[in-house]
Amino acid sequence: MAQKRRSKGPGPSQGELLAAEEDLAPTQSASQAPRSLERLSPAQVDQKVSELVQYLLVKDQKKIPIKRADILKNVIKDYRGIYSEIIKRAGRTLQQVFGLQLVEIDPRNHVYILVSNLPRLAVENLKQDDCTAKLGLLTVILSFLFMKGNAAKESAVWEMLRRLRVDPGVRHEVFGDVKKLVTEEFVRQKYLEYNRVPHTDPPEFEFLWGARAVKETSKMQVLRFIAKIQNKDPRAWSTQYTEAAAEEAAVGGLFEDVSTPGGASQGARRRT
Amino acid sequence: MATQMTDGHRRFLQVLMSHGIMEGSVARTLHRDCCEIHKVYYAHDKLDDFINVVNIHLQPFFMQIRKGMSEDDGRTYYALVNLAETEITKMASDYTENELELFRKTMDVIIISESGFASSTDILNLADQLKTKKMKKKEAEQVLQNLVQDKWLSERDGEYTLHTRCIMEMEQYILSNYQDLVRKCNICHSLAIQSQVCETCGIGMHLPCAGKYFKAQMEPHCPHCNEFWPHEIPEINRPDSELPSSAPRERRRTPSSGTRRH
Repeated sequence: MAQKRRSKGPGPSQGELLAAEEDLAPTQSASQAPRSLERLSPAQVDQKVSELVQYLLVKDQKKIPIKRADILKNVIKDYRGIYSEIIKRAGRTLQQVFGLQLVEIDPRNHVYILVSNLPRLAVENLKQDDCTAKLGLLTVILSFLFMKGNAAKESAVWEMLRRLRVDPGVRHEVFGDVKKLVTEEFVRQKYLEYNRVPHTDPPEFEFLWGARAVKETSKMQVLRFIAKIQNKDPRAWSTQYTEAAAEEAAVGGLFEDVSTPGGASQGARRRT
Repeated sequence: MATQMTDGHRRFLQVLMSHGIMEGSVARTLHRDCCEIHKVYYAHDKLDDFINVVNIHLQPFFMQIRKGMSEDDGRTYYALVNLAETEITKMASDYTENELELFRKTMDVIIISESGFASSTDILNLADQLKTKKMKKKEAEQVLQNLVQDKWLSERDGEYTLHTRCIMEMEQYILSNYQDLVRKCNICHSLAIQSQVCETCGIGMHLPCAGKYFKAQMEPHCPHCNEFWPHEIPEINRPDSELPSSAPRERRRTPSSGTRRH
């Protein structure tokens, strides 16, 4: 509804178009043929692309994955006929202007997230906001999962955190309700997967890396993080190193270090 | 003047987006770091030009990086704002209708008040007068917390005012919707929410602006009617330096240091 009242948009027939949209929106009249690309002026399409970019950015700020159904309902409306064109252009714009990649993390249910295309820094010292501490906790959990063969039982994760004096049962000064943060917020944000282990009674749960974690970091980065903390060479863990190196090779060096920023971002572009 | 966006610009924009708002010296440090990381042209005094390039590319999305002043400390801030006609576009997707009504009513109280603050009691009392759907006190408290977290409001000792980011984004909206109620600062002529007001002629001044203006005067007088200025003269912070926040490797400002830099 917010978009409708916008009047600054380009295109001569803007007023008429918006008025028409307003009439149609509530009923979605069935006689209305889907709009096709030819019948729309380039300005109208550009306008929709801009709206979608805005919508995706706003939604992504809470790091909640965006469903296609919501995009259709809230932005695309009766432009359904050219949905794929609009989303393609929005993706291109996000990359060119914001350095963000629109990733479909669930092709069956059409769920999207935005991931930075810029090379991750070895020390992400530019992101000093309230989330930094939470991401620190997350990094520890992701590291633990990777070292344990990419999955670990819930109880093992809690035990590990307790050893770091983060007790999931006790309210934490920075993280608040740790259990809720890990099993709900991180899961909703797709940093972690939290699944019931089949055939367990009473039910047991395990954690895995979520789709956003896979996109935002890499096994090699996590391994380097662990190596740095323990002051060892990453190769000291040969199984994990082989696995991480294989992943790195598969994605074409997307996650190189800061030392070669150009190379890494080109790698990202090559993939698309 | 190059208008091409580089990865340096993109990184700057991403970090600013994740912060929402950034103090001037932090933004200058970020500017330098982004240019260094991506090996693009850097001049320490060209942050505004650098931002302009980003702004040109943000135009189609009704977004802009704006420069503004904090009413609390008089420092320069940079914020990414939405220029869409409704101004509440971004809020509209995050808040329900009665939550938005509570915010608008809170804004009324803040703007009408002399000081620019609304007490939490005042705001919570609004919760059961909402036309759209009444709200329990507990719910209203949560909404207030969210509004503070999302940088629409800021809170100090149980009193709420508009966040600097919110003022930067909504200045035009507020000026046109509260025409007769709202004050402009007599010194810098922009919107003033928190201000000191002359008891005789009614002009207002931002606290930092008043601090700067009266700094050299033995006995403060209103710049408009020349009556004695009865308020406590606010202390001013060190002026904004035009350089990144510190010497090359030191990242954080020490907030307590009152030393001047040139």
